[in-house]
Amino acid sequence: MSDFLHHFAPALPEIFVLAMVSLILVIDAAVDDSKRYLAYALSLITLAGAAFLTVRDFSTMPVLALGGLFIDDPLSDVLKLFLYLTVAVVLVYSRDYLTERGLYKGEFFVLALFAQLGMMVMVSASHFLTLYLGLELLSLSLYAMVALQRDSSVATEAAMKYFVLGALASGMLLYGMSMVYGVTGSLALGDMAIALQDGTDLHVPLVFGIVFIVAGLAFKLGAVPFHMWVPDVYHGAPTAMTLFIGSAPKIAAFAFVVRILGQGLESQVAEWRDMLVILAVLSMAVGNLAAIAQTNLKRMLAYSTISHMGFMLLGILAGTQNGYGSAMFYVLVYALMSLGSFGMILLLSRAGFESDQLEDFKGLNRRSPWLAFLMLLLMFSMAGVPPTVGFYAKLAVLQAVVEIGYVWLAVAAVLFSLVGAFYYLRIVKLMYFDTPHDTTPITTSPDTRIILSANGLAVLALGILPQPLMAVCVHAISASF
Amino acid sequence: MFGQSILSLVIWVPILAGVAVLATGSDRNAAIARWVALAGALLGLIVAVPLVTGFDTTTSAMQFVEKAAWIPAFNIHYHLGVDGIAMPLILLNSFVTVLVVIAGWQVIQDKVAQYMAAFLIMSGLINGVFAALDGILFYVFFEGMLIPLYLIVGVWGGPNRVYAAFKFFLYTLLGSLLMLVSMIYLYFQSGGSFDIQTWHATALGMTAQTLMFFAFLLAFGVKVPMWPVHTWLPDAHVEAPTGGSVVLAAITLKVGAYGFLRFILPILPDASHELAWFVITLSLIAVAYIGLVALVQADMKKLIAYSSIAHMGFVTLGFFMFNPLGWEGGLVQMISHGFVSAALFLCIGVMYDRLHSRQIKDYGGLVNKMPVFAAFFMLFAMANAGLPATSGFVGEFMVIMSATQVNFWFAFVAATTLIFGAAYTLWMYKRVVFGNVTNPHVEEMRDVNAREVLLLGVLAVAVLAMGLYPKPFTDVMHVSVVDLLAHVAQSKLP
Repeated sequence: MSDFLHHFAPALPEIFVLAMVSLILVIDAAVDDSKRYLAYALSLITLAGAAFLTVRDFSTMPVLALGGLFIDDPLSDVLKLFLYLTVAVVLVYSRDYLTERGLYKGEFFVLALFAQLGMMVMVSASHFLTLYLGLELLSLSLYAMVALQRDSSVATEAAMKYFVLGALASGMLLYGMSMVYGVTGSLALGDMAIALQDGTDLHVPLVFGIVFIVAGLAFKLGAVPFHMWVPDVYHGAPTAMTLFIGSAPKIAAFAFVVRILGQGLESQVAEWRDMLVILAVLSMAVGNLAAIAQTNLKRMLAYSTISHMGFMLLGILAGTQNGYGSAMFYVLVYALMSLGSFGMILLLSRAGFESDQLEDFKGLNRRSPWLAFLMLLLMFSMAGVPPTVGFYAKLAVLQAVVEIGYVWLAVAAVLFSLVGAFYYLRIVKLMYFDTPHDTTPITTSPDTRIILSANGLAVLALGILPQPLMAVCVHAISASF
Repeated sequence: MFGQSILSLVIWVPILAGVAVLATGSDRNAAIARWVALAGALLGLIVAVPLVTGFDTTTSAMQFVEKAAWIPAFNIHYHLGVDGIAMPLILLNSFVTVLVVIAGWQVIQDKVAQYMAAFLIMSGLINGVFAALDGILFYVFFEGMLIPLYLIVGVWGGPNRVYAAFKFFLYTLLGSLLMLVSMIYLYFQSGGSFDIQTWHATALGMTAQTLMFFAFLLAFGVKVPMWPVHTWLPDAHVEAPTGGSVVLAAITLKVGAYGFLRFILPILPDASHELAWFVITLSLIAVAYIGLVALVQADMKKLIAYSSIAHMGFVTLGFFMFNPLGWEGGLVQMISHGFVSAALFLCIGVMYDRLHSRQIKDYGGLVNKMPVFAAFFMLFAMANAGLPATSGFVGEFMVIMSATQVNFWFAFVAATTLIFGAAYTLWMYKRVVFGNVTNPHVEEMRDVNAREVLLLGVLAVAVLAMGLYPKPFTDVMHVSVVDLLAHVAQSKLP
């Protein structure tokens, strides 16, 4: 019996989250609107509890569990901790926004936690089956979250698009997985890597499968040319949902890609590297160029996400531990910046008024110098200008790319980031150089303001002292591979 | 107590002072903000004084060195140190910062704290550029200073400020990003080090050197600025507030020229020799052609901006003569131009504050109303034209001499500046200061006040001192220059 329990021990945080979600579901159904804060508080407690469990059982070496379906290694533990943090911040930022729009309901918290559970499973999966289960749990929760504002035709349309394209991507992914299964005879990533170690006679089907897997992954990441859903979903979804979609799932997607390509198909790096090069260059090009033309901030940030995912792919395509470490650093930094930027849009929004046009940021420095300063830090960080942390993220991935001899790729990347600098600068210009046309005082609840300040300052603090976060990434990767 | 960390103080005192100024908040506390800023700038200058008094002029080794691990994951260090080339520039920067704070005392009435803080923070970052001995640390300071400058031009600038701010930022970013890729490449070539002095000793093939030469040339050439990537400078100057123009001309241009001595020449000596003709050509075009362009300007700030480009052409010309005279001449020219251009922009600021015009045609007969000012302006105009006994003469003369040693025609083209420089500066001076008062508003102009006399007086002393007795300046840099030249003369081809 204890042996049986022992098998489940590494998955304790997941089990805890699942139990708590079920509990919240029941409790929330039984209380009326005035006690909605119960769900909110319980969600935060869930995240804190799961974080406690993860820290308590922090692994120093990879441990396989549940018959090889599940892996508990430093990489998964570190990423999970960042997921708890990210989701918790999302919940805090979203509270006021959701309350004003009548979306402050138990469903939101339940969906968010289910998505969290899906991401945790993705991060800890060591088997195609668990990877896929985690991905679908996340995706289905996200589709529903986007559609939560059911009176809004824009949001419904976005949810529809998201669902249809997401289902297509899942199909491609499954098809690719089945091809790889046919070649290697295994769905477990470890066995797969061993089977492919000495090469295979079935080279063509294998590459065929990899193409489909990479296409499916690119869909989930939102890399060009599989990016079409990103701007529409980011724009159409209520901003709180955009905040969610734009932050935590990127971390999970990183883990997803690294598990499949870096661990399962490690020996085939020569095959998938070229595919990722194309995806990365196109993403950086299309993302940055299209962002210039946007007048809606959410859409602009959507295109900026596409370009950032292109940058992150640079680290992964290096196919080295150094590369994975840099990509991990990049994605964590990206999640931090994305949280701050969308958090700012949420904070400036009021009842019945979305603050998602570029124009709404005009003269923010006059209305609130502090918020303008935080946004300034976030924008320069997105543009990769030191001394903000965004610079080190770019430095890390560029370094990984130059290490494998792809200097031209690094040159292309910096040229596209120059294009990117233009539209980030434009936000700064609107805030600092222009005069406001809206002078309504900005009202915020103190907790949101404090966390947003911490978020913005973290971008600067990590820019001055990036070593701790970088060391965590390097360690997590080297201890898990 | 702080003996071991003078350079850190030089960098961080202005930055922290800037943060303190920001903390004074809104314009209700503008007076406090001004005084805190002045105190910070003065303190920044005071902590830089030990750099002079404790400087050993007999060695070319780095002095006041500080080294600590910063980002061990990439072997990046917080590594500071100065030699005879960097030290005078730090001093110049700390000195100009004080002037800038005083210059903005009354003129800036809007968002005073942010204005002062931007300058102080930028001053600290620029000191960091000159003191950094680690490539990435250098890059962080080099790029970081763009942020305050972007805000200074964009927030307090003239009517076309947004265009100018964007142009300035994106131009300089383009160059720096390619430099970043080169730095990462050097990191791997040198066996995993971002240390600039290690790079100096790293063997590099000719192709790699040539490619990196152009990457670095773009980064620093844009900052200098060299023809044909100079077009951002006149725009930025015209739109920037007086203080912004002063810092741009006196300091940021020097960052570009400094990069030649710290990166391009010692790290890529073979490519530098091979492609010297290219840089010399660009420099001579800057000297001669931009001199002519300056002649036809109707806007005084634009005229001085073009004159800056021509003068910086001298600096790069001197560097690529590969002899001590050329290098020292270039360095003296950098310092001298820092004083003279700062003074000229302050003069234009003085006039602009009274008449709100920078057009030459709006003035005339100023000497009748502002005799003291006209005298100062005269001195600086002469220095800009390269009159002997002013600092402007020393550098130009040394560079022309060194060019003569290499090729007579280089010297011949370079010497045209003595004609063009005199022509555009003195012609402008004549139209602005002499003649009859035609514009009724000039009638109402008052002469310089005590604050302005202080500013211009200090600079006048500096210009004359350097012109009459440049030896202390050249002594400081001589050993460093000679040793660096010896290093550059050695091939690094594997």
